[in-house]
Amino acid sequence: MSGALLEVENLAKYYEVKRGLLFGRHVGSVRAVDGVSFSLGRGETLALVGESGCGKSTTARLVLRLIEPTAGTVRFEGTDITQMRGEPLRKLRRRMQIVFQDPFASLNPRMTVGDILEEPLLVHGIGDKASRRARVNQLLGLVGLASYHVQRYPHEFSGGQRQRIGIARALAVEPALVVCDEPVSALDVSIQAQVVNLLKDLQARLGLSYLFIAHDLAVVKHMADRVAVMYLGRIVELAAKDALFANPRHPYTRTLLAAIPRPDPHRDTARQIPGGDVPSPMNPPPGCHFHTRCPFADERCRVEVPALRVLEGGHQAACHHAEKLPAAPAAEGAAAMSPVAARRLELYAARRGRAAAEAG
Amino acid sequence: MTSLLEIEGLRTVFRTHGGEVAAVDGVSLAVARGKTLGIVGESGCGKSMLSLSVMRLVPQPGTVAAGRVLLEGKDLLTLSDAEMRQVRGRRIAMIFQEPMTSLNPVFTIGSQIVEAMRAHDKGATHADLRKRAIAALDRVRIPAAERRLDEYPHQMSGGMRQRVMIAMALACSPDVLIADEPTTALDVTVQAQILDLLRDLQGQTGMAIILITHDLGVVAEMADEVAVMYAGRVVEKAATSAIFDDPQHPYTLGLLGSIPRVEETRERLLAIEGAVPPPFQLPTGCRFHPRCVFATGACQVDVPSLRVVAAGHEAACINAPVEAMVAA
Repeated sequence: MSGALLEVENLAKYYEVKRGLLFGRHVGSVRAVDGVSFSLGRGETLALVGESGCGKSTTARLVLRLIEPTAGTVRFEGTDITQMRGEPLRKLRRRMQIVFQDPFASLNPRMTVGDILEEPLLVHGIGDKASRRARVNQLLGLVGLASYHVQRYPHEFSGGQRQRIGIARALAVEPALVVCDEPVSALDVSIQAQVVNLLKDLQARLGLSYLFIAHDLAVVKHMADRVAVMYLGRIVELAAKDALFANPRHPYTRTLLAAIPRPDPHRDTARQIPGGDVPSPMNPPPGCHFHTRCPFADERCRVEVPALRVLEGGHQAACHHAEKLPAAPAAEGAAAMSPVAARRLELYAARRGRAAAEAG
Repeated sequence: MTSLLEIEGLRTVFRTHGGEVAAVDGVSLAVARGKTLGIVGESGCGKSMLSLSVMRLVPQPGTVAAGRVLLEGKDLLTLSDAEMRQVRGRRIAMIFQEPMTSLNPVFTIGSQIVEAMRAHDKGATHADLRKRAIAALDRVRIPAAERRLDEYPHQMSGGMRQRVMIAMALACSPDVLIADEPTTALDVTVQAQILDLLRDLQGQTGMAIILITHDLGVVAEMADEVAVMYAGRVVEKAATSAIFDDPQHPYTLGLLGSIPRVEETRERLLAIEGAVPPPFQLPTGCRFHPRCVFATGACQVDVPSLRVVAAGHEAACINAPVEAMVAA
């Protein structure tokens, strides 16, 4: 895997929990990320998926060196960056950028869009005044905004447009890796689709690698090449997107898939959703973290931690029973839509295409 | 089928310095006992303001300027404030998106449920109310309800807090439950649990549910009928299966094309260009026309009203169904 852009090995982040006001005594630790390994190729999208508290955002921040890992290594373009500091680390930051979830909180309300986009260039000492201005205009065009937007302030934009500004800011310094931390989950459905399409177009044009953090498997289906599913700080399944959706090998992945509300009123809503919440990461269950909610759990799962193992076809899963699980319920197929609805959507798509062609 | 709650020509306006702004503009809807009406739309379409109008909780400077809200034939908009207080909670209850901010952090769960019950049952003893609060928590499947009663909101997870909100809303056995994005802030497995719970409780009590959401998946699973709202108006309404199988309005089509589907193989989403216009800058004619791929010159001028396109199916588009227009 020497060609990989990013290699992460046994990455861990523990937070000490203390009680008491002045002389806090140590009462335990939260294993936010607990031995996570994955790699990301150039031009590839790897999605990190899971529910709140699974450690997906912490993993992303560790990769970017925004927080310090407790253990493990992060290699970027072949170099171990885990201990990097000072000038080399500053230079590294040009190569890896982040798009945040909330476009309302991640843009400075007192800066114009032009200033927001120019700031990363200034920080990294790129270009002179004229070339920076040209670059800002170019960036606006890249994300589908107009050059007259330069003078405006963030509050003058809608959520979708703000997210475009956030994306343009991340791209300003020409990074190789962009971490997208739930970039569409704060947006309306129709706007979500615009931003997902934009991210895909930019990847194709600029050869970007995305580490895509999400809780929504349906969005992931549209974005990712490979998917890693996390639960309580660990990766429980890692596979190519099609393999993961067609044949999930971990019961938690199946649970997540079953829980997505489908836009299909004819679908039988009687389904098996395990009760209970995600257990507290301060006191996770022993053995397999998921055994308290797992319909297939047995004695072994309560005691022995399952390692992430490679199954056939490079599919990885951390389940003692991965091979013995019953076949996954068949995917419902594209037949979920009626012929009438499908035909009208085709017409819609054709009109969209024509309008886009006319617009340039 | 007689309707339990009927909304007729409701118009909610905000008087601003720039003139009158209508957040809800001529909306008519109905829901029957034991049924679920889904109201779908994006931010700014007026769906939350509609539910606040029904509850007569529209914030200043907003007022309901026209229309009627009939609960079993009685117009809620003509009630006195005291009479309306008897309706809220007891006849119509409401749950909100954010279970964190809807609960008071400095009171225990139990005292907040008891407070809600006491408002409508002044004579009951504390012990009796406490017993009923435990039963209410049991009903929303909160384990160890008796112990949980003395906990504070921050000690509970998001899903548990939303269960508490539902327990409070159902404490007085309302006829109508208005659920405003009840699962939007929750994780997907917890969302599935809460939706199951709402369905079960509706089966037991026969309450009507008005479910406000932006998620067409949630609507498909929960609703009997759906109203799609855009910029303060209902643009399409029909039985749930008809909305998905026979979508008529281009906005509905756009929404259906925008949702990422797990089953789909197509990589590119059919997004709707542009954004919802703010209520003080509404376009002329059909409010969707600047974003509509099927729009014609007439759409910029004529305001389309809801018309029947099939039995029990109404759409506010002069071009629906779109294939007829494309063929022409």
